[in-house]
Amino acid sequence: MFPPIPNPSVASDAATPRFGEKDVMRRSASEVTPPAQRLTEVAKLIDVTKCIGCKACQAACLEWNNLTEEIGFNHGVYENPMDLTPDTFTLMRFTEWVNPETENLEWLIRKDGCMHCEDPGCLKACPAPGAIVQYSNGIVDFQHDNCIGCGYCIKGCPFNIPRISKVDHTAYKCTLCSDRVAVGQGPACQKACPTQAIVFGTKEEMKGWADFRIKDLKSRGFDKAGLYDPPGVGGTHVMYVLHHADTPSIYAGLPDNPRISPIVDAWKGMTKYVGLAVMGFAAAAGLLHYVVAGPNRVSEEDEENAERLADGTPPPPPPTGQHEGRTP
Amino acid sequence: MTADNLKTPDGNHVPDDVEPGDAVRPGHPVQVSRYTVGARINHWITATSLVLLALSGMALFTPKLFFLTALFGGGQWTRALHPWIGVVLFFSFAGLFLRFWKANLPAREDGTWLARISDVLRGREERLPELGKYNAGQKFVFWGMSALIIVLIASGIVMWDQYFYAFTTIEQKRIAILVHAITAVVIICVWIIHVYAAIWVKGTFGAMTRGKVTGGWAWRHHRKWLRELVGTRKRPASRPGTPAE
Repeated sequence: MFPPIPNPSVASDAATPRFGEKDVMRRSASEVTPPAQRLTEVAKLIDVTKCIGCKACQAACLEWNNLTEEIGFNHGVYENPMDLTPDTFTLMRFTEWVNPETENLEWLIRKDGCMHCEDPGCLKACPAPGAIVQYSNGIVDFQHDNCIGCGYCIKGCPFNIPRISKVDHTAYKCTLCSDRVAVGQGPACQKACPTQAIVFGTKEEMKGWADFRIKDLKSRGFDKAGLYDPPGVGGTHVMYVLHHADTPSIYAGLPDNPRISPIVDAWKGMTKYVGLAVMGFAAAAGLLHYVVAGPNRVSEEDEENAERLADGTPPPPPPTGQHEGRTP
Repeated sequence: MTADNLKTPDGNHVPDDVEPGDAVRPGHPVQVSRYTVGARINHWITATSLVLLALSGMALFTPKLFFLTALFGGGQWTRALHPWIGVVLFFSFAGLFLRFWKANLPAREDGTWLARISDVLRGREERLPELGKYNAGQKFVFWGMSALIIVLIASGIVMWDQYFYAFTTIEQKRIAILVHAITAVVIICVWIIHVYAAIWVKGTFGAMTRGKVTGGWAWRHHRKWLRELVGTRKRPASRPGTPAE
């Protein structure tokens, strides 16, 4: 049993946020000086092997964030709704998987939501200054006042997490309950989990706890058990303990080796710099040509020839060299 | 009246590069009508949309230019308006395409013009062949714009999440954004060439403002076209009272 996070203190200073603007490590479409001292990195550990699929986390998320999901349809499966939405920041995804080694049907249940990447693709893709920030404790948060609703974060995300609201046209996703964490509390989903499948603490603590869990799983025959903390995105601040860590994709399409798409890298890297340079070069070439070649003017003679042509008197073919490139 | 109804003095069809409304008006200097009022309005709607698209697009392309969103009422407005301006551009340019495509078909002298591009750039037009209504550079701008606008509207629709999110995968949208960005850079360069050419070649702006150029301008830059127009005017049953008769 992981020691639970104690209830909030009633002391007068307990509600003062423990991190904020000064701890912003990355800010979308902006240059920021990273804070001199980094906060202790936090992490949420989701132990898929302990999850019973009760959806208490999903309900707690709606409740804490004051969200109401639309009344949907029963599609005959456990997922509800069928995908993340602007109002559903976290979603239980259910997979029925036949283990080829044992021929056993395994019911894999994964709580999907923002992974809070150390190298966030959403933030990289975002064109609006300050719409996405990353605090030095690892939390990636959307600032709705700055969001323009372009949906570039969706293209940047390797996990397909953000969703654009049709109501206010801004992007929504799990905040890792940054407001709760700021006052020393764990995320709402963690608080609601009845089996401690979700635990929250510093990233180091979570890795330690995961090790303990993985050893336990291995001792019980899950020799592929392991931690999902993908290095392709610099590690994440939401991690999974998986019984089959060699094949994350069996858990409702969890990417095996997530990374920011090379297309997004090319778009936000090379294209931006080369593009601006090429446009600048085109304009500069025009200016230079004008300076060197001078304006291309119509001469008196051109006008006279045109008049002769229009009058029906054939104009003499001009001798070579009569036309100057630059006639005053 | 379409160009097909016009006949040259010997009864032949008018050449492809003579467009409806093109006409020589003798005088001192000779005036040549180059663009009808419809073509000019059509052109300036296209031009305005293209400039607005470039400004709003660049604002979302690089954070250094994000301040340009202020011109459109902020980031949200920029995001919402840009695609609609694109729709206006597409249909407006389609109008220009229908007006101008025939005069922009390749001609024999285009090859020579391109081969002597250094004379073109030095303004030594006496060394160039006589040209129709458009030279190969103008044709390049025309066909370049046409192709790029098709790529831009197609990739733009793929990334227009408000209405078309469900129709493509995220990977397809990523490709569309990259293609859209690169194509936009290219079309801005083509636009720079277009505007620069109009600035460099004096007497050109009148064509798109008052619709007219001087005879000297036409003689110097598009002599074949001018000869064709003079020929068209002098048909057997010519209008009475034209000073040239």
